[in-house]
Amino acid sequence: MEDISLHLLDLAQNSIAAGATLVEFYIRELLKEGCMWLKIRDNGKGMDEHQLNQVSDPFYTTRTSRKVGLGIPLFRASAEATGGSLQVMSRKHEGTTLLALFYTRHIDCLPLGRPEETLATLIFLNPEVNFVYNHETPGRQFRFDTREAREILGKVNIADPIVVDWIREYIRNGIEELNGGA
Amino acid sequence: MKSLKELEEIKQRTLDSVNLRKERTGGTRVVVGMATCGIAAGARPVLLAFLEEVKKRNLGDVTVSQTGCIGVCRLEPMVEVTRPGEEKVTYVKMTADKVKRVVAEHIVNGHVVTEYTIGAAE
Ligand SMILES: Nc1ncnc2c1ncn2[C@@H]1O[C@H](COP(=O)(O)OP(=O)(O)OP(=O)(O)O)[C@@H](O)[C@H]1O
Ligand SMILES: [Mg+2]
Repeated sequence: MEDISLHLLDLAQNSIAAGATLVEFYIRELLKEGCMWLKIRDNGKGMDEHQLNQVSDPFYTTRTSRKVGLGIPLFRASAEATGGSLQVMSRKHEGTTLLALFYTRHIDCLPLGRPEETLATLIFLNPEVNFVYNHETPGRQFRFDTREAREILGKVNIADPIVVDWIREYIRNGIEELNGGA
Repeated sequence: MKSLKELEEIKQRTLDSVNLRKERTGGTRVVVGMATCGIAAGARPVLLAFLEEVKKRNLGDVTVSQTGCIGVCRLEPMVEVTRPGEEKVTYVKMTADKVKRVVAEHIVNGHVVTEYTIGAAE
């Protein structure tokens, strides 16, 4: 993957495949410590112990077999390449949470990329799913929740291209301000 | 600072544009491969290019959806376009620029962009 926001898109696809109706992204940048926490949480069908062991095994490599998938091993590799880590937590019928630590000053740390494009893509393709994007930097917070947007939109479809386009700009703007913009 | 309140205005604009729909394409279906291989190869900008074209041209009856791994990872991003009553056309190694041409020539005007199809790539 070229950047972290593409990983987030890919991981949210797992959540949607698991029947999630709510997918939440939490990003917390700790500038002094030079690290970033990423959490992806869903209320999908979760994993049983066997599945969880497979995706949690840090020694599992993507080479051994295709049937176990690429998404989580690739995300783990991206985190570990910075000296960070990935934790997968899941409960059958309750949901799944991924928690990753990235050391952002490490030369191999991927850029965050464009989370607004990931959210726009997800909303456009999954109008029935709710998403939360919560991004924090020291002393600042930006939060977007599709449930609040829906309340304003009433009968208008949240996946309408005009709406999605506005949401993308809204999130882009919010992230810019976190980074000391305007 | 943009405010969520602006959505009120967007809502109105959306309602207006639904009434103004011009170009009819009779229910064309677009499917983008969005598995890990597709995303890594560039499916996101391809998907967003469709969104942009649908918005710009006000193509109200084009539906865009996703599918998992189509099985030929090296040809991702892949896109399937099905016009009503016609056979499915599979485009490979798509980019945002290629999407513009596929929308203009195939979806709107009915001419398959043969050079981008899986047949031309193999
Ligand atoms: N959020 C989740 N909820 C429930 N099950 C999950 C979730 N994330 C992963 N899984 C399970 O773990 C498996 C491995 O996920 P991973 O993303 O690594 O590969 P994949 O989605 O199967 O294939 P690929 O990502 O390569 O397209 C999934 O097939 C699924 O069974
Ligand atoms: Mg996956």
